Amino acid sequence: MQYNWNWQIFWQPAPDGSGAYFGWLVWGLGWTVATALSAWIIALAVGAVVGTLRTTPLNWMVRLGNTYVEFFRNIPLLVQMFLWYFVLPELVPKALGDAMKQMPPPWGSFVPAVLCLGFYTSARIAEQVRAGIQSLPRGQRMAGTALGLTLPQTYRHVLLPMAFRIVLPPLTSEFMNIIKNSAVALTIGLMELTARARSMQEFSFQVFEAFTAATVIYILVNIVVVLAMRVLERRVQVPGFIGTGPAAPQAGH
Amino acid sequence: MKRHVPLLIALFAWAGLSAAAQAQEFTGTLKKIKDTGAITLGHRETSIPFSYYDDKQQVIGYAMDICYKIVDALKAELKMPKIDIKLNPVTSATRIPLMANGTIDLECGSTTNNLERQKQVWFATTHFVTANRFVSKKASKLKTVDDLKGKTVVSTSGTTNIKQATEFNVQKKLGMNIIAAKDHAESFLTVDTGRAVAFFMDDILLYTLVANAKNPGDWVISPDALSVEPYGIMMRKDDAPFKKVVNGAINGLYKSGEINKIYEKWFLKPTPPKRINYNVPMSAQFKKVIANPTDSGDPDVYK
Amino acid sequence: MFAGFDFDVIERSLPYLFKEGMTFTVTLTLMAMTGGIVFGTLLSMMRLSSYRILNLPAGAYVNLMRAIPLVLVIFWFYFLVPWIGGWIIGAKQPIQVGAFWSSVITFTMFEAAYYCEIMRAGIQSIPRGQVSAGYALGLNYWQTMARIVLPQAFRNMLPVLLTQTIILFQDTSLVYVLSITDFLGAAARIAQRDARLVEMYLFVAVVYFVISFFTSYYVRRLQMRIAIVH
Repeated sequence: MQYNWNWQIFWQPAPDGSGAYFGWLVWGLGWTVATALSAWIIALAVGAVVGTLRTTPLNWMVRLGNTYVEFFRNIPLLVQMFLWYFVLPELVPKALGDAMKQMPPPWGSFVPAVLCLGFYTSARIAEQVRAGIQSLPRGQRMAGTALGLTLPQTYRHVLLPMAFRIVLPPLTSEFMNIIKNSAVALTIGLMELTARARSMQEFSFQVFEAFTAATVIYILVNIVVVLAMRVLERRVQVPGFIGTGPAAPQAGH
Repeated sequence: MKRHVPLLIALFAWAGLSAAAQAQEFTGTLKKIKDTGAITLGHRETSIPFSYYDDKQQVIGYAMDICYKIVDALKAELKMPKIDIKLNPVTSATRIPLMANGTIDLECGSTTNNLERQKQVWFATTHFVTANRFVSKKASKLKTVDDLKGKTVVSTSGTTNIKQATEFNVQKKLGMNIIAAKDHAESFLTVDTGRAVAFFMDDILLYTLVANAKNPGDWVISPDALSVEPYGIMMRKDDAPFKKVVNGAINGLYKSGEINKIYEKWFLKPTPPKRINYNVPMSAQFKKVIANPTDSGDPDVYK
Repeated sequence: MFAGFDFDVIERSLPYLFKEGMTFTVTLTLMAMTGGIVFGTLLSMMRLSSYRILNLPAGAYVNLMRAIPLVLVIFWFYFLVPWIGGWIIGAKQPIQVGAFWSSVITFTMFEAAYYCEIMRAGIQSIPRGQVSAGYALGLNYWQTMARIVLPQAFRNMLPVLLTQTIILFQDTSLVYVLSITDFLGAAARIAQRDARLVEMYLFVAVVYFVISFFTSYYVRRLQMRIAIVH
């Protein structure tokens, strides 16, 4: 194979004078995690609200929620990324658009990336939350009403606490997805882990070393997330209620 | 029967000889082209006028024309009446790995030949000499690299230009924010839409991008050349027989003066798609290369 | 808001966008779907096998593919497939794989991990008794799988498999990072050439939305039909 392996490359200085290539990848991981976590907050908050709306008896709310989910689910993530980054600043008033475009890097691409990932994932979480609430026995909702709770109270004290425990496993995989999907932000110039590996490859020409390192880091992150979520699941478990049977298969990433 | 013996011997000898000629063992890329009957040219999307898409989305350009001449030379060398030409798009970031892994056989574009890259790939005889500069909007009044202190600039990922900008940033402590874009058009748009103030690139590419812009008058290219960038057509490393044919073809163009016609077509006459005449006369540096063809990756050779 | 817009650019580039771009996207989707389901089904059978030598590598493969971003997988395969191909056929040189086939292989291999998990759930949904019945009738493993288990598993999982295919259809847009002319790539090229990003990207979003929306609508109706028959 005519390829010059050089595993020492990670300790060689990168051309931007910031230290070794290894440091580059660590910074990349930092941005990946920062992007994923920030987007996760949006995704969880919006997803929970929209998902809940879709289970209310109010028809127009259900329809609004459905439209929201369909919108974000049926456009590829990369195209949504472009909409946030290239299109949105041109549609808003000029002053605001200019301000958006002139944010210094990495914020100029970080902010659109976070918004894009956040809303994209919120639609998926909304779907999980809706399924979680609807999987609860109907008696629970009736019991809440029978106790004289208002609709919001029924949700707050009866339905949501149980639903959230049910959706925890699918949420784990959504969290993994948001980490992986943050790599798409490299197309709008965010220097996250995959982008770092790619530019390390461009500068050093050590393609396979760079991508191997990135792959290993993603696997490690994956393991950490899975272990952490397992601990969390055990913490919040309601005895005898969940953990029964595997979740239904879901298409997705 | 006896009468025919000499004739038979002659016949056998002829057959044997031609078989020997046939079996002249080709290696590397030459063998691959001979065996598959095809060659894959890597091309660019927006390296105007070296290798780019016209309005019918056909790949055209100065480097493409040179590559087609190389393919003609390969036909002669391999005694093949026809070689299928396959085209594969590459970006600055993908061209070197795709060359190494055999996806493309020649890269026809605007790739700087330098010593560092020669550790990975080989280059044919230099087909253009340019320099690293930056383009910016006239309104922002930026002349030298020092004016860019603390500003956001852009370059195309995987190029020598972004690397140089990165190094300047360290040496001169400029504190510039450098964005990496996918291709030259995207980099240019980054400045056009106001996300960055300057775009570092080879001046010839900047020049053609400006000429194709909506308002060419709005733009200005920095006066100082920051480097010397000899362009070469890339091929796989350690493939001397192939390189010999490729360089032979290019040097032939230089010797016969045919290069002048190709040069004129792309730099001194209106070019597709917008019939723009870039009007870039041949530089002294490139004239020197034509007189004494070289494939050196050392910028000092071109000074 | 749309005053300064030039929607002509879309009309002018329609033939290119669809004849080149969308054709690439759809062909890639269909081929990767076929390959992915076949390979994914094999993987799921390996994962469910009681032989460690089969279920361990299959499990490792699926988990690896599900742990790393698709963008990274795309880079990996684009640069690596020719080497692996050369290694498989024992050639010293890497073999030549064009952009199209490289993409087909990439998406087949990547989506197979996801199809595998769907098919695994599908196979597990078939009562064990049916497998035993098959064996009792004197069928071997392959016959039991091919005649009894897989047809039912496939049928039960059809809506999920199709939903995954819609996701695959959207995912193929990521070949943009390799400058390949898929639907998005074609649009991006025109957008950059004419500096008409807003119009082109909005148009692309609408086209993807319409196709994905109506296909998933159809899948949901299919799901209901299958559910009723159950």
